[in-house]
Amino acid sequence: MRFLVVFIILFIHWIIWSGQFDAFHLSLGVISCGLVAFISSNIMFQRSDFKELPKEALRFFTYLFWLYWQTILSNIHILKIVFSHDMYDRINPKVVKFKTFLQKDSSLVTFANSITLTPGTVTIYIKDGRYYVHAIDESVAQGLPGDMEKKSGFIFGEEHKNG
Amino acid sequence: MNPIEIISAILISVGIFFLFAGTVGLIRLPDLYCRMHSTGKADTLGITISLTGIALYNLNDGVTLVSVLVSLKIMTIAVFWFIANPTATHAIARSAYESGIKPWTKEGTVEVDLDEQRAKEQK
Repeated sequence: MRFLVVFIILFIHWIIWSGQFDAFHLSLGVISCGLVAFISSNIMFQRSDFKELPKEALRFFTYLFWLYWQTILSNIHILKIVFSHDMYDRINPKVVKFKTFLQKDSSLVTFANSITLTPGTVTIYIKDGRYYVHAIDESVAQGLPGDMEKKSGFIFGEEHKNG
Repeated sequence: MNPIEIISAILISVGIFFLFAGTVGLIRLPDLYCRMHSTGKADTLGITISLTGIALYNLNDGVTLVSVLVSLKIMTIAVFWFIANPTATHAIARSAYESGIKPWTKEGTVEVDLDEQRAKEQK
């Protein structure tokens, strides 16, 4: 099952990147994708249950659009700071630590990248379920972790235990 | 100039403007972590907007299977960049933090523990 999923993903990429639709190139694709999927399918996915995968992929792509909007907002935020003449009055950087309820690697990575792309924050370290976030001023530091934590958890089917 | 050329020129210019702003931030901001703010965000948006403009311009000569595939490749690069750039930012900031580089601060407080702070506020 895992082999098949990895093979299909690789083969879609093969078709996009090669752009050749004759029998020779497609059979080359089948051989090489099969070889790669056989050798390294356990690297790409660690789980063996794929029932949730289409749902997760769909949620992830809708999340990407929301995240892109956040990236635009954070760029406007950093533009205002960078092009202001009183830049040192506007920034007050500090490292903020907080605990997270997320467990899976994929949701941890999604949440870390989301923090980096939202206004005024960059993830610098993750250790033992604690995030070390560099915040550029006081107001964004107090806004952490925000509702992104729940959103990232929701994509991969994790819920906050305390409601 | 047809509309597609104008729109793609605008998109590419806006992307270059964000890249420029990121570089200005790289020079102006005080320390490594703050500079990561400007490059990590401005580059992500600048590159993806520029690549969207290039993908659109590629369709200018006519929508054929080959040109659509090339545009799709360019957009795949944009999505890859959108995922890889924050990860690279995190890698640089993480290795800086591990090698003990102290963040630049205004006051003495470098690190704030939000959980402890909130627990105190509730009492």
